[in-house]
Amino acid sequence: MITSQPDSTGHFGPYGGRFVPEVLMAPLEELEQAYRAATADPPFQAELTDLLTHYAGRPTPLYYARRLSETLGGAKIYLKREDLLHTGAHKINNCLGQALLARRMGKKRIIAETGAGQHGVATATVCALFGLECVVYMGEEDMRRQRLNVFRMRLLGATVVSVSNGSRTLKDAISEAMRDWVTNVHSTHYLLGSALGAHPYPQMVRDFHRVIGEETRAEVLKREGRLPDSLFACVGGGSNAIGMFHAFIGDENVKLIGIEAGGRSLQLGEHAARFAGGAPGVLHGAKSYLLQDADGQAALTHSVSAGLDYVLIGPEHAWLHDRGRAEYTSCSDADALAAAKKLARTEGIIPALESAHAVHEAIRRAPTEPGKLYVVNLSGRGDKDTDIYRENFPELDAAGV
Amino acid sequence: MQPTRIQKLFEFVRQKNRSALIAYVTAGDPSPDRTPEIVASLVRGGVDLIELGVPFSDPIADGPVIQRAAARALQAGTTVPKVLDMARAIRKNSETPLLLFTYLNPVLRYGLDKLARDAQAAGIDGCLLTDVSVEEAEPYVAAMRAASLDTVFLAAPTSTDRRLKLVAQYSTGFVYLVSRTGVTGEQAALSESLAPLIDKMRVATKLPLAAGFGISTPEQAGVVAKIADGVVVGSAIVRQIEKDPGGLESLARSLAERMKK
Repeated sequence: MITSQPDSTGHFGPYGGRFVPEVLMAPLEELEQAYRAATADPPFQAELTDLLTHYAGRPTPLYYARRLSETLGGAKIYLKREDLLHTGAHKINNCLGQALLARRMGKKRIIAETGAGQHGVATATVCALFGLECVVYMGEEDMRRQRLNVFRMRLLGATVVSVSNGSRTLKDAISEAMRDWVTNVHSTHYLLGSALGAHPYPQMVRDFHRVIGEETRAEVLKREGRLPDSLFACVGGGSNAIGMFHAFIGDENVKLIGIEAGGRSLQLGEHAARFAGGAPGVLHGAKSYLLQDADGQAALTHSVSAGLDYVLIGPEHAWLHDRGRAEYTSCSDADALAAAKKLARTEGIIPALESAHAVHEAIRRAPTEPGKLYVVNLSGRGDKDTDIYRENFPELDAAGV
Repeated sequence: MQPTRIQKLFEFVRQKNRSALIAYVTAGDPSPDRTPEIVASLVRGGVDLIELGVPFSDPIADGPVIQRAAARALQAGTTVPKVLDMARAIRKNSETPLLLFTYLNPVLRYGLDKLARDAQAAGIDGCLLTDVSVEEAEPYVAAMRAASLDTVFLAAPTSTDRRLKLVAQYSTGFVYLVSRTGVTGEQAALSESLAPLIDKMRVATKLPLAAGFGISTPEQAGVVAKIADGVVVGSAIVRQIEKDPGGLESLARSLAERMKK
């Protein structure tokens, strides 16, 4: 049976590892030990489960999207409703887990990066819940396009630090968060928001999201009496996708389909599809597929969705890709926007732009696969994207005022 | 094996009963053609070893001064081959040891073995990659050894005794002690974590120990020179290049005067 676990030094095959300045090496060892101890500690697990249930709202529904499926006339499409969680996306699963871990390690200050702002909001939320100081780094460009989430973080008591270097997006926010961590490592836990970075982050973040796939697997078996044929999830760093995929990795007949941001085109600088033009490289602590130029400089990226707008894919996805266990494709900005509108109008659900990328791929394939069973991970809701939807659907805005 | 220029330098300063003055410059800042002259003025001012920084798009270990320098150098078209050209130009009339100082990805992209060979041929003496931990160092160290280049690793105030031993084991030439937890950049006061780190490292190795991060004034350099075998000044040099490269030689001289034990 195919499995997917890192080796003892955090390598997923040739990917992953721990590529950071020496200052952070011992703290990462300490974090790894604390994480292992917490995993084996029943009271820790019980507290996390209790919070996931009564605070975050787990388990999330597995919803049969009947009108969408019937409109397409092919595969039967289910949606895993992570968008219904508290704070509006799957990110809260990982934030609750890491905040409990930080408290256990005696860290009173939390830092985080955010792209779309969903991880920032979830981090600010758990910090408010546990009474921890919270600093969130966010690219200037992302602050502009996700203004609502900036305000939410501030309302929750977090400090949002604007990052104006480089592409002024997620990549630069992570760099700045790492500089803060290097400086304040004694007092601070870095609450990394995706399945990225140095070991143990990719494994730890995945494990905190593994519940998505576990719930899906149990529920679909109960409802349909069989496993799904295909799973769909968008991939920025890849946390919602790996959380959905992981419980199914041994089920070789279940296709695992990751959707990257195809942006405006597949020319370097115009997208964030690491498997379409990226090559193995090292950034932000891990080796994986990286969009880079001929001299090994990280490339600029573009996506209409801030949460997918990142140059490196999580290392476990690189390994699943190379072994052929998961397949990866991309979805353009325009197709994601159209998929969001279609879901809104057939099911009354406005998805996050990130999740709309996964919805598009299911919509594209469904007509050709009657009788097949799909599950799309609807990782977040679209409230935060209202301004972008307004810009892109001008015919719906202001008309008739 | 023949001693490298770096190893000879530390033997030389030990006999002179002083510390080695090490300067960091971002290669290609403000432009590739200026770097050989910038290095020459530092050497005239008394710098003993040059860290030649290859600019990287995402310098996570660097503070704002060196981040700006990297951005200028990249803007000016600096690449690994161009840095090797600069090294060749410097070597034409200087025997000052040169240490490549960068992040892993540009080196990985160029090719580890190819870089080691080409760097050696260009007159480079060793390499330090800030984001390569000893755990990930095996292929890199093997490539550098095959080309007789020194590999310098970082030790930090957070390093455990076990890690300090590993850092010593993988380092040749010298060990670079990070004087405080943090990114590169000038600091008003010297960190109190340096002296205990030097003491612990002396137990782990007989290699020379150079200290850097946050050392910018002649007074601070003088204090560090008393306890370390090398003193690295980075951001203060880079800031001078940003402001007025004409002042580099006198800045170097004011630091070099403080290297006595």
